[in-house]
Amino acid sequence: MLLLKSGWVVCPSSNLNEKLDILIDDQGKISALAPQLEVDGAEVFNAEGLTVVPGLIDLHTHLREPGGEAQETIKTGTRAAAAGGYTTVACMGNTNPKLDNPLVIRYLQQRIKEDALVNVFIYGCITKGQEGKELTEMASLLAEGVVGFSDDGRSVASNAVMRRAMLYGRQFDALFSLHCEDEEICKGGAANDGYAATVLGIPGMPAIGEELIVARDLLLAEETGVRVHIAHLSTAGSVRLVREAKKRGVRVTAEVCPHHICLTEDAIMGYNTMAKVNPPLRTQADIDSIIAGLQDGTIDAIATDHAPHTSIDKAKDFVHAPFGISGLETAFSLAYTALVKTNCLTLPALITKMSLNPAKILGLKNKGRIALGADGDLTLIDLNKETIINPDNFESKGKNSPFAGKSVVGFPVVTIVGGKIIMKYDSTLDQRQFYK
Amino acid sequence: MSKFNKTSLLGISYLDAEEIKYILNLAKKIKNAQMQRKNLRHLLQNRIMVNLFFENSTRTCMSFETAAKKLGMDVISFQASTSSLAKGETILDTAKTIEALGPDLLTIRHSYSGICDELKKQLKIPVINAGDGWHEHPSQALLDIFTVGEVKPSYENLKVVIVGDITHSRVARSNIWGFQKLGAEVTVFGPPTLIPKGIEQMGVKVANSLQEALKDKDVVMVLRIQRERQEKGYFPSKREYANLYGINKDNFAYAKRDAILLHPGPVNYGVEVAHEMANHPRFLVNTQVSNGVFVRMALIYLLLGGELKDVVA
Repeated sequence: MLLLKSGWVVCPSSNLNEKLDILIDDQGKISALAPQLEVDGAEVFNAEGLTVVPGLIDLHTHLREPGGEAQETIKTGTRAAAAGGYTTVACMGNTNPKLDNPLVIRYLQQRIKEDALVNVFIYGCITKGQEGKELTEMASLLAEGVVGFSDDGRSVASNAVMRRAMLYGRQFDALFSLHCEDEEICKGGAANDGYAATVLGIPGMPAIGEELIVARDLLLAEETGVRVHIAHLSTAGSVRLVREAKKRGVRVTAEVCPHHICLTEDAIMGYNTMAKVNPPLRTQADIDSIIAGLQDGTIDAIATDHAPHTSIDKAKDFVHAPFGISGLETAFSLAYTALVKTNCLTLPALITKMSLNPAKILGLKNKGRIALGADGDLTLIDLNKETIINPDNFESKGKNSPFAGKSVVGFPVVTIVGGKIIMKYDSTLDQRQFYK
Repeated sequence: MSKFNKTSLLGISYLDAEEIKYILNLAKKIKNAQMQRKNLRHLLQNRIMVNLFFENSTRTCMSFETAAKKLGMDVISFQASTSSLAKGETILDTAKTIEALGPDLLTIRHSYSGICDELKKQLKIPVINAGDGWHEHPSQALLDIFTVGEVKPSYENLKVVIVGDITHSRVARSNIWGFQKLGAEVTVFGPPTLIPKGIEQMGVKVANSLQEALKDKDVVMVLRIQRERQEKGYFPSKREYANLYGINKDNFAYAKRDAILLHPGPVNYGVEVAHEMANHPRFLVNTQVSNGVFVRMALIYLLLGGELKDVVA
């Protein structure tokens, strides 16, 4: 049993915003919530001065296993998640081999049991080998526990194949997390098609290259009735398309990444490969639309698209360096600083986007909320702590962050999964301890 | 400005107007000295320059080689296809190996934008960008600007137009920066599929027709169109390209009466420039090539610590 004393509890689902004690029982479930709890035999943690929120849930993580162990492993990736206050992540299938058959999923589930520090859910691929041609055995993948389907890293280029995937997936009420990129229009592109790419002489990826596929996938979702989730949307046009689709009743949700809220295309100047990401960093007008979309509920979630890479790969020339930002350990601080400290969102609204809605999207009924019977997954945050981002201190193998040196506010100090403290930050040593 | 302080040239965007003028002034003195058949080989005797060319180029490579030899340097030219790169060596490995051999100057040509910026971070040796991807080709812009300066009284308020494939052109980018830094006004024109987004933010105007592009211009710079662009569908045919964007006697008349026509070469006659322009007295393509040697001599000499006063002409 774990008893959290005197923390300031913020839970948008239960509408809590008050000082409460929380008891988590030996089954890892929240068993009591009250202003003053005294329980014999419970481990007591004093959360005075800290904000207690439902554990953060990342809809979009690349853990790189199997095949990409030089970039990240389940061990390092879930440590990074715990350090960032995440209690649950959902990992993408663009691994090697791809997560496109039941054997690989079963293997990965085993690896997760062995090494994961936080809850890990798996997206299976939509098509075999992510080649956009043949559908995966969706029923078998679901039987092995996948939480949804995604060919993330690529779009399913063929309209016909995408439509069949949705028609087929509808029978399972499957979730499709969709990477939207017209591969012909964006072919060879390395940055937003705009001023920065033009000055640097880099092939561009126009906003319309994203929006065409967002529009297509929304139309297909409308026709087939399937649940779609637009991954890492980055343009004003995509926000508008999702908003309009929601109005028509399309079953769509959408996520945005912290870097698409905090940085514009200018971050690539000087051929800064740390800021090379797909979809690319866009313009201030896009950021403004994204923030409006977060405010009016068009965008349901903030997800990291945590994409760790080795420093050797990121040292390549800009066009050939890989896309991606290591994001798990900076997401909360960046989002809190950019959205809550600026009064764009309230703290409960931010927690809705980073925990409650992700839980709903993944269909995790006992997560994303602090309530009796819910899972004891909690994140304790010091909202006043100011830090300067230093990728050298990341737990992730991927030190690839464009935010090095940036000053941010709000710091996850304790991460609890199933009633067990798995990460604790010691402020006197300025160090984290992990407990598996 | 009494001394040129840079030891590498990665792009015109990194120079200020004073530095550009300093290079041009030295190029002018060198040209005069060469015209008087003065020997300048003592200036950089016993120094070594390496041309590290990862992309086919005869003209630029030979121009740098000639320039260096006229300054008394020894030159090693290295073509990537015959190198150890085939064995999986990276560009950085190659550049570092060459640096370790101890030359005094490295020129680099590569198809990757920004590669010189990247390599320079890791190298101590002076580097000249001899063309990197679509990014910059600073020595080409300097020779273009020098050529214009020989026939125009001032760069201030000069009207320059660049016609062609702007998107894929490092020559265009370097010239846009260079001419604007010296006070000229730059317009670009070409197929809308080959005008890059956000180009206006570089300070240029984008013309809507060839007539508008050429009208009242002092300098008309035409870019070479690559056949590959047609194959990739940026424009339908060479014939239509010539009709819409090609410079001929009739449309060249829209420009000022004393306008000059420039081209970085090699020219596709019948496409971006009509055959009838080949011997036009104001088409300075060959002057550009000659001037390229003087400008590159000036550049090499300055990057290796030389000063304007060292050359007597």
